[in-house]
Amino acid sequence: MTWFADHVGEVLGLTAQHVYLAGLPLLIGLLIALPLGWLARRYRVLYAPFTVGTGLLYTIPSLALFILMPFIFGTRILDPVNVLIAMTIYTVALLVRTVADALGAVPDHVVQAARAMGYRRVKRFFAVELPLAVPVISAGLRVAAVSNVSIVSVAAIIGVPQLGLLFTDGFQRTFYDPIIVGIVACTVLALVFDLVILLATRLLTPWQRAAGGRA
Amino acid sequence: MTDLVLAWLTDPAHWTGQDGIIQHTLEHLGYSAISLLIAAAVAIPAGLVIGHTGRGRFLVVNLAGAARAMPSLGLLFIMVLVLGPRLSGDAAFLWPNLIVLIVLAIPPLLSGAYAGVEGVDPAARDAARGMGMSGSQVLLRVEVPCALPLLFSGLRSATLQVIATATIAAVAGLQGLGRFLIDGLAVHDFPQMVSGAVLIAVLALLADLVLALVQRYAVSPGVSGRRLRERVRRRGPDTLAEGLQVR
Amino acid sequence: MIGFDEVTKRYPGGTVAVDRLSLTAPTGRITVLVGPSGCGKTTTLRMVNRMIEPTSGSITLDGRDTSRMKEAELRRGIGYVIQHAGLFPHRTVLDNIGTVPRLLGWDRRRTEARSRELMERVGLPDTLGRRYPAQLSGGQQQRVGVARALAADPPVMLMDEPFSAVDPVVREQLQDEFLRLQDELGKTIIFVTHDIDEAIKLGDQVAVLRVGGHLAQLADPAYLLAHPVDDFVADFVGRDRGYRALSFQPTPRLPLAAERTLTLGETTTGVGGDWVLVVDEENHPVGWVEPQRVHGEVTSTMLHRGGTLARSSGPLRAALDAALSSPSRRGVIVDDSGALVGTVRAHEVLTAIERAERPELADPLHPGAPVR
Repeated sequence: MTWFADHVGEVLGLTAQHVYLAGLPLLIGLLIALPLGWLARRYRVLYAPFTVGTGLLYTIPSLALFILMPFIFGTRILDPVNVLIAMTIYTVALLVRTVADALGAVPDHVVQAARAMGYRRVKRFFAVELPLAVPVISAGLRVAAVSNVSIVSVAAIIGVPQLGLLFTDGFQRTFYDPIIVGIVACTVLALVFDLVILLATRLLTPWQRAAGGRA
Repeated sequence: MTDLVLAWLTDPAHWTGQDGIIQHTLEHLGYSAISLLIAAAVAIPAGLVIGHTGRGRFLVVNLAGAARAMPSLGLLFIMVLVLGPRLSGDAAFLWPNLIVLIVLAIPPLLSGAYAGVEGVDPAARDAARGMGMSGSQVLLRVEVPCALPLLFSGLRSATLQVIATATIAAVAGLQGLGRFLIDGLAVHDFPQMVSGAVLIAVLALLADLVLALVQRYAVSPGVSGRRLRERVRRRGPDTLAEGLQVR
Repeated sequence: MIGFDEVTKRYPGGTVAVDRLSLTAPTGRITVLVGPSGCGKTTTLRMVNRMIEPTSGSITLDGRDTSRMKEAELRRGIGYVIQHAGLFPHRTVLDNIGTVPRLLGWDRRRTEARSRELMERVGLPDTLGRRYPAQLSGGQQQRVGVARALAADPPVMLMDEPFSAVDPVVREQLQDEFLRLQDELGKTIIFVTHDIDEAIKLGDQVAVLRVGGHLAQLADPAYLLAHPVDDFVADFVGRDRGYRALSFQPTPRLPLAAERTLTLGETTTGVGGDWVLVVDEENHPVGWVEPQRVHGEVTSTMLHRGGTLARSSGPLRAALDAALSSPSRRGVIVDDSGALVGTVRAHEVLTAIERAERPELADPLHPGAPVR
C-alpha cells in the first residue's frame, strides 16, 4: 500500500469533498423532512400522498437522478450542486415517512398529559413529541447517512470529485490500489457518520440510557 | 432541453437495433431478473430458516448494515478487474457485474424474509405447533403467509437496488439502459443522457408498481390490513371502532 | 383421563419449573391449575401436548404414555387454547376454525360445515365467518380460539389463561358460556389461570401450585376454601373464604314464610304494614313496594329492585344474599321456574348454615365425595 502513503493528501481532500456531498444533504434533508413528517402526522389525508410521493422519488436510480437534476432545476450540467440536490431528495424521501411514523409512535398518554398541563401545539412539539421521537428518527437518519456515503461515490461517473474518483481512476489504469483505498475509505466514512449520529442520539436522549434502552 | 429530449425519445431510429431502447430495456430487465432470481434462491430460504429457528440473527443484521455501506461502483470495478481477465468474450464483462448485482440483492431479500418470519405473532406460532403442525407446516402455512408483507418490501428494495446498480454497471462495460447515460456522457450528447435517465426512472417506477400489484394480490387482507381499510371507507367510521379492535 | 406421575421439568441452568408433580385430571371434568407466576402451571400444561418435554416422570393419556405417541397425532387429538387466542391473522374466521380438520384431511365442504356449526356453538354470529381476526373484538377472537380447538372434537382440551386478556364483563360472560358448553360436551380439560376466583368458578377440581413447581394442594373448590392446607394456600385463596364456600353448599329445607303479595296493576289501598312483595301474573317476584308511600295502582316504575332472588335448589350463598339484600330483610326464594315459594330471614339461613352438615369436610379425592 505504498500508493496510499504517497497519496494521503489527495485521499484526505477527496474525503473532505465526500463528507460535504453526503453530510450537508443529510442536515438539509432532516430540516425539510421534520415539518413534512409533522404535517403528514397532523393531517391524515396528507400521509398517503407524502409517503407514496417521497417513496417514488426514492425509486429513481442515483445516476439517473444526478443526470436529471440540471434538466429539472436548470442547474449547470456536471455541477456538484446537482449531487447535493439529489442527495437531499433521497434523504427527504427516506425521512418523511420515518418522521411521521416516529411522531405517531409517541405514546398517546404522554401527549395527552402534555396537553392537560397546558402545552400548546408548537411548544408541545418541541418540548415533548420531538424529543420522544428522536430514537426512531435517528435510526432512519443512520440508514440515510450510510447509504448517502455509498451513493455519492457514484457521482464520480459524472466527474464530481469525491472518494468515488479513486474508483474511476483505478479502473481506467487497471490499478487495484486506489479502488481498494476508495472502498475502505468509503466504508470507514459510513461507519464514522453512523457513530456520530449514534453519539448525538445518546446525548439527546439521556433517559434511554438510564432505562437501559437502546440508542 | 425538453424539446431535444422529446425529439430524441420520439426518434424511431433510437428505438430499434443493437443500441436501441427496446434492446437495452430487455437487457436491463434480463440482468435484473437473473440477479434477483439467483439472489432470491439463496437469500429467501436462508432468511426464512433464520427467522424460523432464530439462529443467525446477528449475521443478518450485520450483513444488511455492511451491504448498505459498500460503494457499489467500487465493487463493480474491482470485480471486473479481478475476474474479467479470467473470462473471455462478453462473459468478461457480464459475470463480474452480475455477481455484484447478486451480492447487493441478497441483504435486502435476506432481511425481509428474516424480519417477516421473526415478526410473526408468537401466539399464532405456538397455536400452530399445538395443533400438531410440523416445523415445515408451521413455516409454510403460518409463518410465510404472515411474513409476506416484509418479504415483498425486501424484494422491492432488492429490485430497485439491482436496477440502479445495473445502470451504473454500464461504466464497467455492461449493456442495458445505462449505456445511454455512459455513452452519451462520453460524447457530451446530453439529450441522450437525459432520455436514458428518464427511461431508467420509468423502468424503476414500473418495476416497483408491478411488484406492488403482485403484493396486493399475494398477501392476505388479514395481514395487509387492506380489507379492513376498505370496509371502513365503504361503511363509514362506525365500523372503524368495531373493525379495528385489534388487541 | 390425564395422569401425571412424578413429572419434573428442569431447565438447563438448573431452574426447576415443575417438581415431581403427580396429579390426575379425570375424564369429562375440568381440572384447574392455579398459582402465582413462576409456579410452573403453564409448563405443566404444555407438557401434556409435548410443547415442552418433561425431564423425568411420565404423562399418560387414558393410560397411554404420551412420550411414545407421535407428536403430531397427540396434538391433533388435543384442543389447545391460549391467552391471546393465537389466531392466524392471514386466515378468515372460518379457515382458522377449520385448521385441524384440514390437517386431518377433511374436504373443504365438510370442514366449512363443521366450522359454521362451531361458530354457532360458541356464540359467534354467522356473518363473521369471512372476517379476519384483526376485525374482531378481543372476546370474539377468544371465542374463535375455543371454536378452533374444538373443531376436530378432541376429547381433551388444554386451556392456558384463555380469558385473561379480555375485560372483566366479557370474561364473566365467556366463563358462563364455557361452563354451559362443557355441560354439553363433557371434555377432559386442564385449565390454567392465575385468578383464584376463576379457578373456583370453573374447576371441578383445583390444583394450587407454588413457585418452584410444587403441588401445594389438590381439592375441589369447596374443600379448598374450607381447608387450605397451609398458609400459602390460605393466603392465595384469599379473604371471604367462609362466605365464598357457601356457593358450594346446597340449600337445605328452610323455614319459609308465606309472603303477602300484590300483583302488578293492583291498588295499594287498604294494604298496611311495611314492605310488600310485588309479583307479575305468573307469580314471579319483580320487586318491593312500601304501601304507605304509594297510592293507587302498583306500576313497575315504583318498585324497589335491590333484593336478589335465590332458588330453593341453589346454594346457601344465594339464600343468605337474598335475605341480606332485601329491603324488607326477608329474602325471596323462588323455584326453578322462577315462581315465588316464600321468604326467609337472614338468621334463619344462618341457623340452617350452622346446623348443616359440612359436606366439604369430606375428602373430595375419594369416591362419594360431593362434586360441584
